[in-house]
Amino acid sequence: MTGTIKNRDAFLNNIAQNLGRNRLSDPVKRPQWKFNPQAKVLSEATEDELVEVLKAHCEKINTTVVTTTKAGLTVALNEAVTNYGGGPVVTWKDERFSKWGLTDLFKNEWPNQGLDYHEWDHSAGDKNIQFAEQANVGITISEYTLAESATVVLLSNKDRGRTVSFLPKTYIALVPKSSIVPRMTQAAQKMRELHLDGKNVPACINFISGPSNSADIELQLVVGVHGPFKATYIIIEDL
Amino acid sequence: MAMKIGNENFSDRVGKGINNSFMRGAVSGAQDSIGARRLNAVEELGNWEEWRSHGEEIRQHVLENLDYYLEQLSDNIAKRGGHVFFAATPEEANDYIRGVIKKKDAKKVVKSKSMVTEEINLNASLEEIGCEVIETDLGEYILQVDDHDPPSHLVAPALHKNREQVREVFTEKLGYKKSSDPTELAQHAREMLRQDYLTADVGITGCNFAVAETGSFALVTNEGNADLVTSLPQTQITVMGMERLVPTFEELEVLVSMLTRSAVGQKLPSYVTVLTGPREELDVDGPEEFHLVVIDNGRSRILGTEFQSVLQCIRCAACLNACPVYRHVGGHSYGSIYSGPIGAVLSPLLGGYDEYKELPYASTLCGACSEVCPVKIPLHDLLHKHRQVIVEKEGKAPVSEKLLMKAFGLGAASPKLYKWGSKLAPSAMNPFTSDDKISKGPGPLKAWTDIRDFPAPSKERFRDWYKNRDKGGNQS
Repeated sequence: MTGTIKNRDAFLNNIAQNLGRNRLSDPVKRPQWKFNPQAKVLSEATEDELVEVLKAHCEKINTTVVTTTKAGLTVALNEAVTNYGGGPVVTWKDERFSKWGLTDLFKNEWPNQGLDYHEWDHSAGDKNIQFAEQANVGITISEYTLAESATVVLLSNKDRGRTVSFLPKTYIALVPKSSIVPRMTQAAQKMRELHLDGKNVPACINFISGPSNSADIELQLVVGVHGPFKATYIIIEDL
Repeated sequence: MAMKIGNENFSDRVGKGINNSFMRGAVSGAQDSIGARRLNAVEELGNWEEWRSHGEEIRQHVLENLDYYLEQLSDNIAKRGGHVFFAATPEEANDYIRGVIKKKDAKKVVKSKSMVTEEINLNASLEEIGCEVIETDLGEYILQVDDHDPPSHLVAPALHKNREQVREVFTEKLGYKKSSDPTELAQHAREMLRQDYLTADVGITGCNFAVAETGSFALVTNEGNADLVTSLPQTQITVMGMERLVPTFEELEVLVSMLTRSAVGQKLPSYVTVLTGPREELDVDGPEEFHLVVIDNGRSRILGTEFQSVLQCIRCAACLNACPVYRHVGGHSYGSIYSGPIGAVLSPLLGGYDEYKELPYASTLCGACSEVCPVKIPLHDLLHKHRQVIVEKEGKAPVSEKLLMKAFGLGAASPKLYKWGSKLAPSAMNPFTSDDKISKGPGPLKAWTDIRDFPAPSKERFRDWYKNRDKGGNQS
């Protein structure tokens, strides 16, 4: 469905007039920028160095980092959830979880322990939100991970609810090592490539760096204002 | 509230600010801590000047081609199923938004922080039609609960309140029973607001930057409130000042990085959220319906004038945190939601000289603001230009010029004013002094203090010293 646009011509004509010219009719070509400082940041860092940069910054933003391998992921994730006090747990519905061997943990081990687990599935409608709102832990997967700012990047779709990372009390992101890039520059380029390839950019792209916080009262840092109180990143070294 | 805050005249506001010792302590504390964090965050990049030049070239290019980029933005939003409304005036914007609210029969609105909605007085306009409007940013929430106390800082709106005052407000208005510990206060706000997100019909946000090429826009917060505002209500309305856009994702990331480093010294805040249109067909969260309202409200009059560069602003508030006058008088003295150096340039342009002719004089023209501006707005030059325009128009400077210049010890025309001026000078210079030397001067002083220390204004005025000397006072 196409949306509506109202009052545009008068508004834009007025802008053109104030700029002392007619409305631009031909597409404006983005100029060759004279400066490009963002490309230089961490441009020579190796993959392992980027991991170190990421870890160092996690300390500054109250975020726990766990490093594991694909084989150790089930144990590491279970431990991280236990550290946060167990369930209820909500995750995206994402085939990567089963590819990484987590199905047994989600669908058997946790239910057998009496841990309440929910997979965000669009066909369940608003029940997803109700569950996430009561959940103790939300778990999602980082598409790109920005070393400089210790940021995970999440792309929404129908089975990857936006609020899985916001409504629960704590948050865990799975971070494939191969998703780590120097900074936001590389993630922005990927999003632009997606668009130039004729695909839609996701309706919601979240860049998340640690837990929710505020310094609005006497500039004192308070963690967990609207979103999670705590955050853990699990880096998976062989993915 | 509209752009204008309060009905007192300028000198009364300044007098109140100067006499509010908690506020002044809070402001100087904030300037010092945020200022130091900003400096660290920009210095570790090693080439901050190059970043600033890039920020400037992006913003200048967008302003020069603003009609094109707004056309592209609106086309792309409509393609994704969103609605775009161009509003020349606050009335047009408020009428449109009220229309959407009425059509949805909405009773409750949750909002994330937005200066432009303050500018158009949106909350009052919606309350008039019986709609409950709830601010969700913790600082804004505190102010709203306290009977709409005006904001005093662009980034930390409740900076002028201490924890005890916040506790009193919460106790009186929200039945709060715990301590003045910020963690407990914030926890209470969390519990109250969580229910509001879940029951609101409409979410309203501002817009840090829109992306013309994809019809996207970005929201930047540390609290995550904007994310709940934009994922739970069925309808979303986003309001943007017409100049707040960039060509593509590539420029978006540059300006977001510069915004957060300049605002609070963060590499990135906890949450940067880029949204495009309403939710996809089968999505469960995110709004079903999305409206973007683009506001002019006097901005187009600035285009093509010698003040055009003020529209490069990305609202980081670095200039507030660097300004010795802001430090001294606080945000409320400006009588506008836009305070500090950027407010002193922007408020007269948007609100008129009749209302704001004193503001360009609320500056020492020291240039500290221009030096920290991430997009290189020559703020102190623009303040000077304002003064030229005002003097040409009125034939003379407003009386406050004399007062303020004296207040900063920049002249000694009358003994009375000199006395006041030299009384204030030590505290005005306070931010930058260590012991009795100024080691890090603002603006042009910096070039000097980089290589040598400048003697600080004496804590004891000469005439006080002279008077005391006879009484056996400090004879050093």
